[in-house]
Amino acid sequence: MKYILLMQYNTTGADFPTVDTWTPEEIRAHIEFMGEVNGKLMAAGEFVDAQGLAMPDQARIVRAGEGGRPVVTEGPFAETKEFLAGYWIVDTETVERAVELAAYISAAPGPGGAPVNMPIEVRAVMSGPPQDR
Amino acid sequence: MTDRTPAVGHLLRDLAPQVTGVLTRRFGDFATAEDAVGEALLDATVQWSRDGVPENPRGWLIQVAYRRMVELVRGEQARRRREDLVARREPADRRWAAPADLDRPADRDDTLTLLFLCCHPALTTASAIALTLRAVGGLTTGEIAHAFLVPEATMAQRISRAKERIRSSGVPFRMPDDRDRERRLATVLHVLYLIFNEGYASSSGGDLRRVDLAEEAIRLTRAVHALLPADGEVAGLLALMLLTEARGAARTGPAGELVTLAEQDRSRWDAAAIAEGVALVTRALPVGPVGPYQIQAAIAALHDEAPTAEATDWPQILALYRELERRTDNPVVALNRAVAQAMVHGPAVGLDALAALAADRRLAGHHRLLAARAHLHEMAGDRAAAGTDYRAAAAGTNSLPEQRYLLMRAARLTDR
Repeated sequence: MKYILLMQYNTTGADFPTVDTWTPEEIRAHIEFMGEVNGKLMAAGEFVDAQGLAMPDQARIVRAGEGGRPVVTEGPFAETKEFLAGYWIVDTETVERAVELAAYISAAPGPGGAPVNMPIEVRAVMSGPPQDR
Repeated sequence: MTDRTPAVGHLLRDLAPQVTGVLTRRFGDFATAEDAVGEALLDATVQWSRDGVPENPRGWLIQVAYRRMVELVRGEQARRRREDLVARREPADRRWAAPADLDRPADRDDTLTLLFLCCHPALTTASAIALTLRAVGGLTTGEIAHAFLVPEATMAQRISRAKERIRSSGVPFRMPDDRDRERRLATVLHVLYLIFNEGYASSSGGDLRRVDLAEEAIRLTRAVHALLPADGEVAGLLALMLLTEARGAARTGPAGELVTLAEQDRSRWDAAAIAEGVALVTRALPVGPVGPYQIQAAIAALHDEAPTAEATDWPQILALYRELERRTDNPVVALNRAVAQAMVHGPAVGLDALAALAADRRLAGHHRLLAARAHLHEMAGDRAAAGTDYRAAAAGTNSLPEQRYLLMRAARLTDR
């Protein structure tokens, strides 16, 4: 079963100081950890995809306007409090395993090497079989 | 990857497990033998597609796989210990050419032995499926990865971990003991059934490059049936697959939407597959002992033989579900039994039966229970209750086509 692990970043509710206040060593340790996560998922045969997303400042919000032409609102969006920082798609035997992986990622090192315990949303990908025969 | 012509592809995939069996027997090292055969299959794909199939394809493949095996074993310093082992086992004059005795008439048990190895209980289900498709099915890692929509590197790792697990648990390459055989065969059949289901689930993608896993599962089960023709459950599983797949073309609409059994255009069902499935289960049932696959096949046969949905022999299906229920602890069987009760005795009886099942922790709030209840409410004319249950079921499923179907069903009820 495939699951997407969404790394939500909350600018107001985070339990740790924002990344721009971290020391270079702390940032490096964090980045290294993220690289190790992917290696670990690969080695387990559970990796499907992983991407980090650019900061929401660069985001564009698009709606269809007249005649389907795009109407674009450019960032930064002052109201953005929570945004998607990145995601992993994993293919695991059980939901428990996906949850275990999410907890592992959540404990990525932050300031002083302490775990940041950021929230990871685990959602099933709609790839299951239909039951009707 | 070079595309195989269909004929070469089929031949290679039939030969793959035989050759892996021969080499595993010879070297006592399944993991490396499997790698060597994988490489030999690639060699064969290139050469046979270009120059034609050799006179003795099996012998050719054994020769090349044997050479590949020797290369693999000798090649890597990291595998020195295994190299020593082989050097000790191999007389010097046999190192480069495969001994003639390797190509003796096919040992019919090798494919089966290999299947027992790949579907070993020490493996996770996902690993067993991947390994079976590669080592027994002769599919490339890329084809398997593509079928399951994961990167090839991920699938390669899954397969190599499975092989490592087999190596480290010291599982021998031989048929299970008589007392273990039935239990182990049940695991094999379960893995084949899961491969079939995966194909059944994913076949609506319309991607022609994807291996048809349902077809592959049928091919493998057919091979097992040929090796164990007297086993009723093997015949039952093959029949179940054929009778289910026979409805394949009719079960999705033009937009990929799910079409339920009752609404399918029965003229699009595959009559030949139905005839074969019915013949298999008819032959197996009286011989006994009767197992769950035979019963499920018998149920599928009753559906397939009904000229219209209304003409379905529900009393017989209900009796079969009761038989099935006595043999398994699967709550979904009880769910299907309740639906059959509704078809025989009316929706009120079915709803009472469902209410009794809702106490089962495994079914309470489950989308399958909700979907079944929605249908019965609809049958009873209670549109409001049906709509509520359809929507709740839609929120609980992990299948996109099923979710769309359930939402559509709910929408139809409120449509004016």
